[in-house]
Amino acid sequence: MGMTLAEKILARASGRETVRPDEIVVAAVDLAMSHENADLVRKSFLEIGAPRVWDPERIVIILDHRVPAESERTAATHKAIREFVQAQGIRHFYDVGRGGICHQVLAENGHVLPGMVVVGTDSHTTTHGALGAFATGIGATEMAGVWTEGRLWFKVPSTLRILVRGEFAPWVCAKDLILHIIGRLGADGADYRAVEFDGPTIRAMTVASRMVLANLSMEMGAKVAFTPVDETLLEYLESRTGRTIPDSPDFSPDPDARYEKVLEIDVARDVPEPQVACPHSVDNVRPLSEVRGTPVHQAVVGSCTNGRLEDLAAAAEVVRGQRVHPRTRLLVIPASQRILLEAIRLGYIQTLIEAGAMINPPGCGPCVGVHQGILAAGETCISSTNRNFVGRMGSKDSFVYLASPAVVAASAIAGEIAHPEDVLGEEVA
Amino acid sequence: MTGEFKLRGRVAARLGDNIDTDVIYPGRFLNITDREKTAEHLFELAYPEIRSRIRPGDFLVAGKNFGCGSSREQATAAIKYAGVGAVIAASFARIFFRNSINLGLPAVVSPEAAAALQEGDEVEVDLTGGVITRLATGEKFTAAPLDPRAAELLAAGGLVPFLKRKYGG
Repeated sequence: MGMTLAEKILARASGRETVRPDEIVVAAVDLAMSHENADLVRKSFLEIGAPRVWDPERIVIILDHRVPAESERTAATHKAIREFVQAQGIRHFYDVGRGGICHQVLAENGHVLPGMVVVGTDSHTTTHGALGAFATGIGATEMAGVWTEGRLWFKVPSTLRILVRGEFAPWVCAKDLILHIIGRLGADGADYRAVEFDGPTIRAMTVASRMVLANLSMEMGAKVAFTPVDETLLEYLESRTGRTIPDSPDFSPDPDARYEKVLEIDVARDVPEPQVACPHSVDNVRPLSEVRGTPVHQAVVGSCTNGRLEDLAAAAEVVRGQRVHPRTRLLVIPASQRILLEAIRLGYIQTLIEAGAMINPPGCGPCVGVHQGILAAGETCISSTNRNFVGRMGSKDSFVYLASPAVVAASAIAGEIAHPEDVLGEEVA
Repeated sequence: MTGEFKLRGRVAARLGDNIDTDVIYPGRFLNITDREKTAEHLFELAYPEIRSRIRPGDFLVAGKNFGCGSSREQATAAIKYAGVGAVIAASFARIFFRNSINLGLPAVVSPEAAAALQEGDEVEVDLTGGVITRLATGEKFTAAPLDPRAAELLAAGGLVPFLKRKYGG
């Protein structure tokens, strides 16, 4: 009997021939990532009392949630982290202005490779399943254990396989597909499970789009979420690492792997138009046509979900030659310094600024409700980010709708939730 | 050992399904890294009244997928340091569940109890045996028994004291 990709990676990392769902294994960790909460990890680690971290080369720390420091308290946190990485010899530290959002920085700097076990003190660590890694979020104290021992226990998850075929309609993309799936399965629809995406539609996607699927699978509870390791991915990894990564049977599920459930989706049939997650849960998903015309005060393009180059390209394409509606603010947050630079080079930033967008520094921005675009009571925001919980981006009496970057940009121009086709071709002088 | 894993308390609040970590502990307070202080902001935006109702050892009861969303450990810490003795829910989101084990906050899975228990109920939770009893009526509800690994960590008071014994100088 074959194994799913999650089973294969956990078997390898725990030194076993095979593993089966619900078994508990202790797996060696290949990479341990933290952001500002490295300070919390640091405190637990110091309490444990081990003199050195298990392997400074396998720890990556990236400041992204509050960059640059928005308060004295955060400044002190950043300082404590800088001193700790120095003392422990942790080289892979991305300070303010050197990186961006942790998941983007890990990927674009070639830290993650297929078959790895990656843990991060951030729930959206599932993103790295798009690079073929068993990647999942853990808490700070658990990370202190990883920093001490370099290993962690896992319950082997059962796997949900999602096969996707069909061609996307214009302006429908990976974000719409995953919102549709979350709406169908619910916020706990993949709790404790692994998800494997495959099928021609997935294989035709860019790595950036695959990262959207793996990232948002967390919002239905997934422990890990994979897209295929194929030529597209291996080429991407080569461009990130400067070396050839040979494909291996270790990076794909066995043909006779056992799945808990297989879901088949035809995007042309099942996701015929853009999708929107309505307040206040990510599984409250409606087709765009049902919420079109809802007035919006703020529109946000950014985050670990949708702040990559293709997302900025889509937003720029929609707003080109137009002006953001007087009622609305458009905030754009490139996911990394590298993406910002590239977006400048390609003219996206100029197009966005000319349309009236404000460009925030690369980082999590207002997604976590800390700074750079907090909502007042009674305000509505449409956002390409990942969560719309009560109070997520500010007041408990504000409202967040989640959608693709193109829909967010179109809504910024229209001043209300809109389809990109509603605003394209309406150029103003 | 068994005795240690029997808890008695009162249901301080009953919550619905999919209570997320932003509701439990808003993102704006994440730069607070003193665990005890996190309790000051428990449910601050959505249910600020709950905090003042909690007496030491009280229980929270919730529906399915409690603690979904972020990996923020402050959500678990805020509940624990507000004095809550255990959370009883129909199910827990995975990171929250692990954080609870690691911080020594019992997270008890019982769809039956989650559906039946009401605010103010006096309850006994037998973590080892997997039984929850409503003391006024003697009604018993089945709960998932404590995993041996979780029991070991709870007995130690959480992952930090557990590892401290092994690695601390």
